[in-house]
Amino acid sequence: MAPAPADSTVLQIRSSDDVVLIRQQVRARAAEAGLGLVDQTKIITAASELARNTLDYGGGGTMAMTMVNDGLRRGIRLVFDDKGPGIADIQQALRDGYTTGNGLGLGLGGAKRLCNEFAIESTVGVGTRITIARWK
Amino acid sequence: MDRIPILKLGRALLVTIQVDMHDRLATALEDDLTNQIVKHGAHGVLIDISALEIVDSFIGRTLDTIAAVSRVLDAETVVVGMRPAVAITLVELGLSLAGVKTALNVERGMALLRQRDDQPEQEDGASAG
Amino acid sequence: MARANTLLSQTVSDNEAVILDEWMQRLRQAGADQGGRINAAELQTQGRDFLSILKRTLGESSDVTGAAFEPLRELLADISRSRAIQGYSPRETALFVFSLKQALFAAVARRKDFSAEQLAQATWEASTMLDELGLHTMDVYQRSREEVIVRQQREIAELSTPVVKLWDGILALPLIGTLDSERTQVVMENLLQSIVDSGADFAIIDITGVPTVDTLTAQHLLKTIAAARLMGADCIISGIRPQIAQTMVHLGVELNVISKATLADAFALALKRLNKTVVTAKTPQAADSKAAG
Repeated sequence: MAPAPADSTVLQIRSSDDVVLIRQQVRARAAEAGLGLVDQTKIITAASELARNTLDYGGGGTMAMTMVNDGLRRGIRLVFDDKGPGIADIQQALRDGYTTGNGLGLGLGGAKRLCNEFAIESTVGVGTRITIARWK
Repeated sequence: MDRIPILKLGRALLVTIQVDMHDRLATALEDDLTNQIVKHGAHGVLIDISALEIVDSFIGRTLDTIAAVSRVLDAETVVVGMRPAVAITLVELGLSLAGVKTALNVERGMALLRQRDDQPEQEDGASAG
Repeated sequence: MARANTLLSQTVSDNEAVILDEWMQRLRQAGADQGGRINAAELQTQGRDFLSILKRTLGESSDVTGAAFEPLRELLADISRSRAIQGYSPRETALFVFSLKQALFAAVARRKDFSAEQLAQATWEASTMLDELGLHTMDVYQRSREEVIVRQQREIAELSTPVVKLWDGILALPLIGTLDSERTQVVMENLLQSIVDSGADFAIIDITGVPTVDTLTAQHLLKTIAAARLMGADCIISGIRPQIAQTMVHLGVELNVISKATLADAFALALKRLNKTVVTAKTPQAADSKAAG
């Protein structure tokens, strides 16, 4: 797994208050990156879903936030890391309505639909890393 | 722990959510509303979310549950003032809040509830199709 | 290096007027002042400014990418940007710098006081310098064109999605032309914002002017309707063509989509839902305004 870029901000996810904090931080960064209101709302909502997943299924973890700026595209990228049980069947986890907990099962698939970029790496017993990005 | 205040307006209850809701707060609201509906014999619940900048699947599910529970208790739930960006995001997320009635603002929401009170014999199926 | 630079610098400052004349002649031969986008006097001014800055710059440095060349690069960027916006082709834009080559080479060749080696050196310096400046011109040109395209896309998107008010509480969005996914997104946001701004109960999306709808676009439309419902407004779709109707059915339209054949039917339905009726005016002189009943 690649090291986090220099300009990234790393936030802890240990309680449901941290989930609220993450929404606020992502909002500030998304606005700074120049995302429109709808794009901001989408990435914040996706972050909220993934942060809650990290908390509920991964037993807590971190989120790293970086700017995306490659010429015409500007936005933000978020990386969620946990050292939880991992996901055995990623395809199944992405399907709407599938859940191992008591949620709606919309978190992963929903977050994917809200982003321009979505990547998931998971090893059973080691942990899960989910990377999302939204740009304009 | 802080709670979201519930106001009584005639036979309806009004909740204005003005803070970024964490999950416990949403769950507490669900409990409080259920108790208040019974206590006041309320016919309607208005939830004003015009100040909410995001609604994720947890908050969405809470709204859905509140609507379902209040329907069992013979009260109609109307969610009012959802922002466009929030609505677009919720749809993309896959939540349609099918069991929840909606209105543009508190005033329209109240009108919707009054309409229901005026025609008590007409049951839920009468909504616009 | 410094020696060659001095040679080039000398050549430019001694022969500025001649170089300018020859350069302008080359530009005119190549048709640079044709087409009415720039006149001979403007071209002359640009050339003169360029040469005078070049003369000053060469006196200081020979490093084209260095700080000393910055004013010259900026002037070129300005020229290049304005040409990109005026619609010059890349060739026409690059011509400005490259046609100076011949004039500069000729001026160097006329120096009787230069040795053969000095001539070669000065020519080489002039050539690499102008090549670099030419590439810089193209860079700026390309960037400016991209900016123009992005801006135009945005303008088209905004222009093509007018939300009109038909009545108190009734909005209409007449869509015309092919709906791609990006445009539909702009439409969606515009419409929803207009609903909030005007407090509309109904929004009519008229797609009479839309020839085809792909599945992605149909999905966007349905999402717009779902989002409007979440906000508390109802959408009516009007003017659906047969093949679009098929597309939508194949998608499985389970949402509460109300659709009407024409915009007029949709409007009538919205009025009815708002408990309004249209009546024919009794008096003949009021006949003209019967639609406003």
